[in-house]
Parts: sequence; structure tokens; C-alpha cells
Amino acid sequence: MTDNEKRLVAIPSQTVGPFFHLGLTRGEPRGCLAGADARGERIRLAIRVVDGEGAGVPDAMIELWQADANGKYNHPDDPQNRLPDPAFLGFGRLATDKNGFATFETVRPGRVPGIDGAPQAPHINVHIFSRGVLLHVSTRIYFAGDPANEEDAILRLVPQGRRQTLIASPDAQEPCTWKIDFYLCGDGETVFFDA
Amino acid sequence: MKIFDPVPKGSQPERRYPGYVSTALRNPRQPLILMPQTLSELTGPVYGCGLIGETDNDLTRQCAGEPQGERIIVSGRVLDEGGRPIANTLVEIWQANAAGRYRHANDNHPAPLDVNFIGAGRTLTDAEGRYSFVSIKPGPYPWRNHYNAWRPAHIHFSLFGTSFLQRLVTQMYFPGDPLFPYDPIMQSIPDEKARERLISAFDLETSRPEWALAFRFDIVLRGRDATPFENKP
Repeated sequence: MTDNEKRLVAIPSQTVGPFFHLGLTRGEPRGCLAGADARGERIRLAIRVVDGEGAGVPDAMIELWQADANGKYNHPDDPQNRLPDPAFLGFGRLATDKNGFATFETVRPGRVPGIDGAPQAPHINVHIFSRGVLLHVSTRIYFAGDPANEEDAILRLVPQGRRQTLIASPDAQEPCTWKIDFYLCGDGETVFFDA
Repeated sequence: MKIFDPVPKGSQPERRYPGYVSTALRNPRQPLILMPQTLSELTGPVYGCGLIGETDNDLTRQCAGEPQGERIIVSGRVLDEGGRPIANTLVEIWQANAAGRYRHANDNHPAPLDVNFIGAGRTLTDAEGRYSFVSIKPGPYPWRNHYNAWRPAHIHFSLFGTSFLQRLVTQMYFPGDPLFPYDPIMQSIPDEKARERLISAFDLETSRPEWALAFRFDIVLRGRDATPFENKP
């Protein structure tokens, strides 16, 4: 065995396939991230996943991970010296419907510390899984009009012309509802990250 | 907080893999944007505690009777790249039945459903990162990617680990399957050694006499500051 072989290497990803509902989204619904008592501004988040021909992806799975309204992750490694909102786990998971939509109910996240302690703009972390996606893609959702967006270190890594692909906008018809479309490929392609 | 090590080249699938036709319209054409790992990436859902029912890790006991097929035990450990066990993490699986048919509305493969088999399970790893399922061996099944395309028998696995960056959805295969060289989903992984990490090992030691054969599948998730580790899991 050579030195190189001594270190373990993470095993490869494979596609979630078309039948993931059976194992991942059939049981406890995870469309609502916030318990009835959760603190903060309750919002609906209407997400659509779109393929390279502009069609909604009917068999994608979206996972969300976010901080609570005070910017605290419900996770033991969050070093901030305050307790997370007990009514807010921060994890959401839904399959898209036949038109590629999935609507979550959550609270608007607070600001969490970023690189060198500078606060990040409020954001939600996203993984997208699907048939045809061998390794899930990862992105973020920011909120239109938030003044903190201007100084967010991660958004600033994104060329100006593509930043809007990460920014949810308020729905003109539905109050408290934010919309964002994720374009997996081609025109208006969403920015995906590699960390 | 320690950050995660980079992903070795060739160890993960190519996102746009021409042999797997549906990758073409569902994966980015632009390069991913490299970003630093912040608290958002280094934390992740703590999900699954309190969810697990008594028969959730035994797919042969979830219905009135026993399913058709070859009963198997699938077990292993969940570790990070430093060889450290990942305890109390949710492991979710789903699979086709012995005839290669999923209990799913969109599966129209003309093979029989089994009234005694749902094909989904979940469990939490123990303090040493161990997990174990009882199931039946899934059958291979055809798909429409290319002429005469068949998936090697596999079980889908989903793991959370301790951070959003460790999230993994994959498939476990069975040793010696003649379909491996023809399967673009598996062949999308450039490095042969990496492909082999998805093939379970026949495990006579864990097999239970007069009852079930066993397969071992150790799952390594991304690690932080991995130090050289002497033994493979």
C-alpha cells in the first residue's frame, strides 16, 4: 500500500434517480421549517427548478438549510454564544411537483458570521438533487432589497451580471411570499458553488 | 472551525457525462464558483433523532408477510476521511424489489410488485458510526438511456453527516455485477478506485447461518484536516 492509499477518500455521489420519493420525501413532510412558535418574520418561499430547455423539472428534490431569525444555526458547531430557536430546526426538504415547483414555509433568516467574522447577508443554503444530476448542485438564496447584500462576501465572488440568479424577489400577488427560479443549465443559469 | 479538505480529482462523477443522456439539460455549463467554507457550509441539519420506528431498518418486516427474494444484511460504518466514526447520523435507503421494480407510480417496468415489500428504510449510526439493514437483494432493471440499457442492482443511500458539505446521496452496488462496464451512472466516475468504493463486499462473517447472506458497505464522507490513516475501514 502506498502512502496515497492510506488516507481515506470520500465515496462518490450518484444520482438520486427518479424514485427518491420512496425513501426521502414520502414520510414526515419537511416543507415547513418553522414551528408555530418560531420567532421572526414568517415567509413562503416558492421555488421552481428549470432545465436547459426552460421546462420545469418534475422530479427534483430541494433541500434547504438556514439559520433562525437571529442568525443562529441549530447545530452544535455554531460557536455563537446564544441558544437556537427551539421551534426552528432549519432543515427543509421537498420534491418538486409536475411543473417543477416546491413551496416552503419558513422564517426570514438572520445574519450569520462569515469570513473573518464579518456578518453575511441573510441567506438560505440550497442543495438540488435530481435524475440526471450525478452530484447535487449547491447554491444560496438571498433576499431582494436587503441592504446587506451589497457587502456580502460570497455574493461579491459572483460576477455582477449573474448575482440576480441567487436573489429571491417578493411575489407581487401573494403577501409574504418570495419567489426564485433555479436554472440548472443554459440561459440565465443559476450560479452554483463549490466549497 | 476546521474546514473540509478539497475533493480529490476524479473521485466524484463528471456532472455533464455524455453517456448519461439526462445530464445534458440538468447540469451547469458554466464553471462552479469556488467559495470559502463559512458557518453556513460547516453546519448542517441535525435530523432524524426521534424519527426511527422499530422496523425502519428491516425492510423485510414492514408488511404483513415476508417479501420475495434473497434476504440480505447490509451493514458498515460511516466515517470521515480521517477515519473518525460519524455517530448518530441518519442513513436513509430505498431500492427496487427482487424483480427490479420500485413501488413508485412512475416505475412502469413490467415486473411484478411485491405486496410485502415497500423498499425504503432508515436508521441512525451508533457511537462507532455503525449501521445495519436487513433487506432483500434488489433486481437489476431496464431504463431508457440507450438501447438495451440496464442498471446494475443497487441500493440508494442518503447521508447527512455533520455538515451541509458532507451531504451525500449515492448508490451501493453488489460485487461482481456484469453490468458495471455498461452503466454510465457508475462509469461517470473517472477514477476506477473511486468506482470500486461503491461496490459492497461479500461479508461471510456477518452472514447469519440458515438465514441471510451479508454485504459490507463502509461509507466515507468528506473530512477535515485528514491525517494519514493506517487501515482501510
